[in-house]
Amino acid sequence: MKAATGSHIGTGTWLLQHATAVALALALPGLAIYFLAALPFDFSGWQALFAPLWLRVLMLLTMAALALHAWVGMRDIFMDYVHHTGLRLALYLAVIVTLAGSVAWLAATLWSTA
Amino acid sequence: MKFRLYRYSPESGEKPTMQDVELDIEPAGKMLLDALLAIKAQDETLSLRRSCREGVCGSDAVNVNGKNRLACITPLSELKQPIEVRPLPGLPVIRDLIVDMEPFYKQYRSIKPWLINDEPEPEVERLQSPADRALLDGAYECILCACCTTACPSFWWNPDTFVGPAGLLQAYRFIADSRDEATAARLDNLEDPYRLYRCRGIMNCVDACPKGLNPTAAIGRIKSLLVKRRV
Repeated sequence: MKAATGSHIGTGTWLLQHATAVALALALPGLAIYFLAALPFDFSGWQALFAPLWLRVLMLLTMAALALHAWVGMRDIFMDYVHHTGLRLALYLAVIVTLAGSVAWLAATLWSTA
Repeated sequence: MKFRLYRYSPESGEKPTMQDVELDIEPAGKMLLDALLAIKAQDETLSLRRSCREGVCGSDAVNVNGKNRLACITPLSELKQPIEVRPLPGLPVIRDLIVDMEPFYKQYRSIKPWLINDEPEPEVERLQSPADRALLDGAYECILCACCTTACPSFWWNPDTFVGPAGLLQAYRFIADSRDEATAARLDNLEDPYRLYRCRGIMNCVDACPKGLNPTAAIGRIKSLLVKRRV
C-alpha cells in the first residue's frame, strides 16, 4: 500500500474556522445587547433600529462569518461520516447554496427598505 | 470478582459474545492483568496479548469499563464490578481481546518515525543543548499501545486517512528534535484536511493515555507551526 502524504491544504480552513469563531464571539453578544436594549419593539422602533448603515454592514459581516464558520463545520461533519465522494460533493454544494443564499437573502432584506 | 469478557472466535462463524466469569481473587495489590491471566489459567481459550506486565511494552491495552487502559497497570481494586473487558475499539478484532494493530502502525509509519539528517556523521554523537532536549519531554515516552488513537472518534471514522493522536505525537517528536532536518517535509506530509485536521481537540487521547502524555498539545504545536509558516 502506498504511504499517505499531505495535500498541503487545510491550514487555511482551520484558520478561517478559528478567525470566524473569534469574530462571532465578539459580534453576536454585541448585536444581542444592541437589540435587547431597544426592547420593547414596535414597527417604527424596529425600523429605526435598522436605519444606521454601520449596523446593517455589521449584521451582514456577522452573517458572512457565521456562514463561513458553518461551512467549515458542515464540511468536517461530512468528511467524517459521508465516505462516498459523489454524495459528499453533492452535500457540500447543497450547504454552499443554502449558506450563500442565506447571506444574499439577509443583504436583500436589510437593504430592501433603505 | 465478577468479570464480563468479550469473546470472539473467528473459526466458529458466530458473532462476538460477552462472557460472564466469576473469579476468586483478592483484589488488594493486584492488577487487571493478574485477573485475566488467572481466568486464562482456568480457560485457556481466552486470548490476549501481554508481555512486560509493568506498563512499558504496551501490548495489553484493552477497553476496561469503557476506557482504554493497560491491563497490567490498572489496579483491580479501582474497578467497578462487573469488570467489562473488551478489545480496543476501532480496530479489527482477530480473537477475543486481540486486535489487528496494522491500521495503527500504518499511520505511525506514514510520519517517518526516525531521525532524518543527511549531514556527514560527526565523530561522536549529534549533540543537543539541554533546552533542545527538553522539547522532547512528553513526546518521546510514547509506548505505542494505541490507547489514545483507538479512543479517538476521528480515527474510528477515518482510520485510513487520519494519522491519529499517537502518530501525530510522534510526528511532533521528530519535528521538535533539533537534530532532525526534515521539518519542512514533515509539515508538508501532515498538512492535510484528513491527516492532521480531523483532530477537533476533544482530548479523548489525553484522557486515555496510560503514560500521562498529551497528544492534543502536540497536535496544537504542529498546527501553530503550520500557521506560522503560512501567515
